[in-house]
This record gives sequence, C-alpha cells and structure tokens, in this order.
Amino acid sequence: MISKLKNIGFLRGLVVTLKTTFRSSVTAEYPKLDKRIQVADRFMGFPALLWDGNIVEPYCTGCMVCVRNCPTQCMSAEMKDNPKYEEGISGRRKIINEFEINLGRCILCGICVDVCNFDAIEMSHEHELSKYQRNGNRANLDTLLEMGKEYQSKVNWTPKQPEKNSGKPKEKVIKPKTTGDSVTPLTLDKSLNSDSTEKDSAE
Amino acid sequence: MQVSQSQINEDAIDLMINMGPQHPSTHGVFRLVIWVDGEKIQKVEPHIGYLHRGSEKICESESYNQIITLFDRLDYVGNLNNELAFSLAVEKLMDLEIPERAQYIRVILCELNRIASHMLFYGVYGLDAGATTPMLYAFRERERIQELFESVTGARLMHNYIRIGGIKEDVEKDFKEKVHKLIDHLKESIDECDDLLSNNEMFLVRTKDIGIITADEAIDLGLSGPSLRASGVLEDIRVTDSYSIYDRFDFGIPIGSKGDCWDRYFVRVQEMRESIKIIEQALADLPEGEIITPIKGMVRPPKGEVFVRTESPRGDLGVFVVSDGSDKPYRVKVRPPSFVNLQALELMLRDTYLADAVLVLGSIDIIMGEVDR
Repeated sequence: MISKLKNIGFLRGLVVTLKTTFRSSVTAEYPKLDKRIQVADRFMGFPALLWDGNIVEPYCTGCMVCVRNCPTQCMSAEMKDNPKYEEGISGRRKIINEFEINLGRCILCGICVDVCNFDAIEMSHEHELSKYQRNGNRANLDTLLEMGKEYQSKVNWTPKQPEKNSGKPKEKVIKPKTTGDSVTPLTLDKSLNSDSTEKDSAE
Repeated sequence: MQVSQSQINEDAIDLMINMGPQHPSTHGVFRLVIWVDGEKIQKVEPHIGYLHRGSEKICESESYNQIITLFDRLDYVGNLNNELAFSLAVEKLMDLEIPERAQYIRVILCELNRIASHMLFYGVYGLDAGATTPMLYAFRERERIQELFESVTGARLMHNYIRIGGIKEDVEKDFKEKVHKLIDHLKESIDECDDLLSNNEMFLVRTKDIGIITADEAIDLGLSGPSLRASGVLEDIRVTDSYSIYDRFDFGIPIGSKGDCWDRYFVRVQEMRESIKIIEQALADLPEGEIITPIKGMVRPPKGEVFVRTESPRGDLGVFVVSDGSDKPYRVKVRPPSFVNLQALELMLRDTYLADAVLVLGSIDIIMGEVDR
C-alpha cells in the first residue's frame, strides 16, 4: 500500500504548508501592551476587592466566608467595627481591616466570588505574577482594592445585588435593638440599621 | 510478532536503557526502563508516581464544590470531561434533576474539549514522529477552542465551570454564533491536519504495523477509549452506557482494524469529526431555561456510594464516591483511563525497535496527571 502511495502524501503535506505561507501571522507579541491578546470579559484573573465609591469604603465586611471556602487557604481576613456606621454614613456595621491573598497560591477557581454575599470580591483581569519583591505576590488590602478599582473602571462593574449591598444606611426603623452590641445606638434619629445583611456581617 | 514471556532469552538481554523521567517524549514525568537486545526491545518496566499529588486523599478533606477544582487537575487537557464525571457522580447520588440547557451546554463544551485534547495528541504525536509542523498547526487550532473556553468559563485550562446541579453561569448571547464559527473553522483545519500528516509516507512507515495490540489482548488488559477502538472493538461509553444526554445525538464511532500506532492515531482524528457532529446537533437543539438546580446550603449527598463511568478523551473515566452524609465525601476513587491504558505498553513494545518506543508510548496518549493523580 505504501509503495502505491509513493510521494503523494508527502506532496499533499507540502501543499498544506505552502498555503499557509501566504497568510498573516496568528501569533501575538506578548509583552507589548498594544500587541498582546486582550483577555475575555469573563476572564478569571486574581481575586480583587471592590470599592464602594458612593460610601467611599470597601464592599467587604470581613465575614470570612471566602476564607473558609478557599480550596488552597490562600486568604486571610480581619474585620473591625466600621466608624462610618457609627457616624451614620454607611450601612455596614463591620468593615474589612486587614486582608491578604497569596497570589502565588491562588488557583483562580472563583469559589470566593461564588460564595460572597456582599458583592465584595471579584475575579479581576490581573494575571501576571512577576514581581520585583520577593514577597510581592502577597497582596494586602490596599493592593487588592487598587486591583479592584482598576477592574471596576475597566468593565463598568455594578453590584449583582444592588439593593442589598448598596451600603446606604437604612432609613426605616425596623426594631429597636435590645441585645448588647459594641455599636452604640444613634440618638439623633433612632434608626438602628438592623437588617439581616448586617447581622451576617457581624457574625 | 508477539513473543511470550517464556520465549525471551534472558542471556540475550545485554543493555538496560533508562528513558525518563526527564525525557521530553514521555509526556510528563514518566520513567521507562527498557531492556534491549541489540535494537530490539525485550522488556520494559514503567515507573510512575513522579506526579503523585494525593488528589484522592485531598478530596476527603474538601467540600464537594472544592473537589471540582481538583478534578480539573487530573487530566489537565480534558478538564471539562473530568469535571463532568465528578458532577454526574454526585448528582446521581443526590438524585438531582439537571436543567436541559445546562445539559446541552455541558455536552457542547465537553465535546469541544475532546477536540482540543485530540488536537494536542495530534500535534505531539507528529512531534514524536519527527515532524514539527503538525505541532504548530494543532496548537493553533487548540488555541481557538481555548479562546472560546475563556469567553465562556473564564479560564483557558482550569475552568471550574461545571457545578453539581448544572453549570456556573449562562453562556453569552453570541455563544451559538461563536461556536458555529469555531466549528466551521475546525472542520477545515481537521482536514488540513489530516492532509498534512495522515498519509505522509514517512509517518506511515514509522507508525504502520508498530505496537500492534489485538482486540482480545486489548480487552484483557482493560484498554478503553480510542486505544481500544483502534483494535476494532466497538465500545464507546457515550453509546454503550450512555450518560448525560448523549443518547439524543446521532454520531459514529470510528474504529481501527489492526490496533497499530497508525490506527490509534487515525481513530482520534476521525473522532474529532464525530465530535463536531455532536456539537452541531446540540447547538441546533439548545433550549432556553435554567442553568442550575439550586442546592440550599452546602452540597450534602445522602449516605451511600455511587459509581459513574464516562467517556473522557482518553477512555473510560470512572468516578466512585462514598458519602457519609456530611459535606465532605468519605472516599473518592478515580478510575483513570491513562493509568489502565499504560499497562498495555509492555505488550505493545515487546519486540519492537528502540526507536519506536516513543511512538508507541505517544500513541496511547497518556497524561501523567491522571496516571499518578
């Protein structure tokens, strides 16, 4: 069989390669910003924390649900009482104090985004790991918020649950608080901002 | 061709050659100890375990949604097929109803993944035979598929897209057009790849009548997938033990006649064409609707055990899950096709030339991530 086909398959292969000689290149030059391939809208890069521009604070309340659900334990978080809540500007009783993601350990699975109840974390388009510092991949809160701001402006990000996570203090009085809490009730308008969302964050 | 163990003259074995674990043609970290008599291989001994990560054990301490990320990393060129296998197992255990739309999207993406995986095989197999051009062509086509994956799942390789009960998020509005465009392109490029390599005389001489395994031997050794079908056995789990919605599609099962390296190569090339047929039918029927059956709280399957087998690009991928009713499985066992296919290597390599060892190893298309887990 092989002797019958002598040189035909070889020539067919040559015709294929000859065809591609006249078409344009399919590769892109990677490091050049204008020539590299742009990532898709849904691209999952490193997780970034999002910034609530209306209240001027992060969305994240430090509820730790992403930290608990991370398959590689690459995150750590710490919450604090939100001073803006006491001033009546914000509806978030607790706010993130310290947040660190070891980007070298992150596997970009997106589970943290799935489990977040506050629209606080999103997979950004940032995907380059090279850093000048040895521990440059340990992204702290400021870095993560910076990545988040960049992502938000790039994709015109809007919260998935805008009513729930608007962060505005609630106007209506739901129920006077009776249980002891670190937050002192406001004396001016008696609104106590206790809805279910904020309860979650305090836990 | 085949020599039984008793016929090997032990005195004639005069040289032991160590191939791997850093050999570029072993497709990962795989060590093959070869005893040769002159240029003829007398005996081989595969050594595995260099990529062992203990995935099955890690599964016992992860929740069900986290395990999907581990399954991505077993067969790292057929990720979605692996995710599907695990999800199907847990869904069977929980007796979940999967929305139609999710089923169709799963099938479309899994078949695209199969093409991507076979494309990788095609390219690398050309490289094994000494041809560099097919590799470049195949990676170019695989790149197109991965671009689509990136726009749908958000990742090019480790998708974490298939969830227990459905899929992560709905596809984009222009998904249908994108896939149609892609498969039109793929049809042409599969023909192009076929023209380039399949009937090339040099390739034929290198692969025809090399590493023959007969149908009976293949069944005895538990081969599966394209490696088994190349020996002429009509066995495809998508048809013979249909799962998901594969019974709704009309597609052929390519089989080989001899079971040599060329058959194993060509069955995969033909399979890409059949996959395109499935994708076309699935796209035509793609219904609207829900994409996931919501599960309240953590995934907690009832107490029990389940075994599911699926057809991954490499063969029969089985997943065995034992649940004790908690949010973490008691035991997860994977029956990886590459691991089982690898044991046929000794029979295939016996009495072939040393120069063909790489070709025979390449033809069973092993992925070490799956072999070692």
